Amino acid sequence: MIDKLVMYLQFPLVRYALIVGVLIALCSSLLGVILVLKRFSYIGDGLSHVAFGAMAVASVMHLMNQMILILPVTIICAILLLRTGQNTKIKGDAAIAMISVGALALGYLLMNLFSTSSNVSGDVCSTLFGSTSILTLTIREVWLCVILSIVVVILFVLFYNKIFAVTFDENFARAVGTKAERYNLLLAVVTAVIIVLAMNLVGSLLISALVIFPALSSMRIFHSFRSVTITSAVLSVLCATSGIVISILVGTPVGSTIVAVDAACFLICSLAGCFAGGVHK
Amino acid sequence: MAQLTVSDLTLGYEGKGLVEGLNFTIESGDYLCIVGENGSGKTTLMKTLLHLQEPLSGEIRFGDDLRANEIGYLPQQTVVQKDFPASVREIVLSGCQGRSGLRPFYRRREKALAEENMKKMGVMDLAGRCYRELSGGQQQRVLLARALCATRKVLLLDEPVSGLDPKVTAEMYRLIGELHREGVTIIMISHDITAAIRYATHILHIGKKIFYGTTDAYLQSDVGHMFLLEHEEEVEA
Repeated sequence: MIDKLVMYLQFPLVRYALIVGVLIALCSSLLGVILVLKRFSYIGDGLSHVAFGAMAVASVMHLMNQMILILPVTIICAILLLRTGQNTKIKGDAAIAMISVGALALGYLLMNLFSTSSNVSGDVCSTLFGSTSILTLTIREVWLCVILSIVVVILFVLFYNKIFAVTFDENFARAVGTKAERYNLLLAVVTAVIIVLAMNLVGSLLISALVIFPALSSMRIFHSFRSVTITSAVLSVLCATSGIVISILVGTPVGSTIVAVDAACFLICSLAGCFAGGVHK
Repeated sequence: MAQLTVSDLTLGYEGKGLVEGLNFTIESGDYLCIVGENGSGKTTLMKTLLHLQEPLSGEIRFGDDLRANEIGYLPQQTVVQKDFPASVREIVLSGCQGRSGLRPFYRRREKALAEENMKKMGVMDLAGRCYRELSGGQQQRVLLARALCATRKVLLLDEPVSGLDPKVTAEMYRLIGELHREGVTIIMISHDITAAIRYATHILHIGKKIFYGTTDAYLQSDVGHMFLLEHEEEVEA
């Protein structure tokens, strides 16, 4: 077992996958705590479908660097969804559902109509479930991911107190002069970037899992914002690492294995939370 | 000069006026209660005073060295807060965010201020507890401590006793009264007209008719008579 793992770790592609997996898991769990508390759990899903749609458009247009289209489109959608929170005609969840399903359908339609590949459903399936792309990363993509992750973590640490204040009580924060709109905008942009990155890891359909599971798991057990945030990051990194290792050893699809580990972790945390809660009360 | 001067203010949503021609001044050390029927624009007025919303017309002037972001605010609870994992200390400390500007972390002085206000509101022993596990009265005291971290001058309270039982309500009014005696200006939205006329020095009644003046003058006025009468009928019914 260990020998097999060591052997696989000799391959740079496997090492890249582990590095990128861990970093994305870290970033998405930090954001996840805020998104879950802001009642935007499903935004990961919605935005990743937007990214999928944009990717279909990009491949139909034969763009060499698809990121040029995918990233801006996803960021714009994120800003529209997060910024308009309270006062829109179409409320939060409906807006996310609409954009999500719309982009998914449009993307699949375009790929079917204009695809150059012979195996359209295979392509779509691997984009949706991220089955292979994490094992075909180039060194440039790994560096991009490392730099973006560092930026996200630094931003999060620097603005930790403000983010807490704005998430807990936006009106109070604005009343005492905190520019809540700016933080919401920052959150939207960072969310979009992370989601586009995470598509490589687990694919469009399973991104929500990376965002919400670690946050929900740690909320079962811990009761202060700081401990929830830290635990969520630790759990997410552990689950992603073990998920990738298991998938290598057993040969299961990477994305769904990580999500399965996350789900198992959530169950354990729930049980632990019930037990601890019972003891306290 | 008055701490807050409101002149010719028109409030409303999307161009539709709710309240027109609002004029009043608040002096340092006043205890003002804003009363009126549901939907008369009390909360809109409060949001406008806090600059969360722009008035349709008119202006709000600050005096006595009061800056716009130096108003402490006790909002009504939101759904998000009901299951928010945060300790009491974290929440009270977040009241200092206006002082820290762009500086990312809180200084020792701000932590001391948070501690002092927790002691004052009697929630010091709850500091490490989770906010969502506290009783309604305890939660209000935590939010009051947070508001005090933001200001020592003016407190805006939005229905501070809604949903509290009578004993806790009385305790809450006692705390607010104590702050008022220490010189904090209190502006409170209230449904509870009997408490309003017992504690407040001034009353602002908004609705179809607008009244602003001292509590005694309100009790003599037609608006006051009518509103109290309606309220009594409601209680009896």
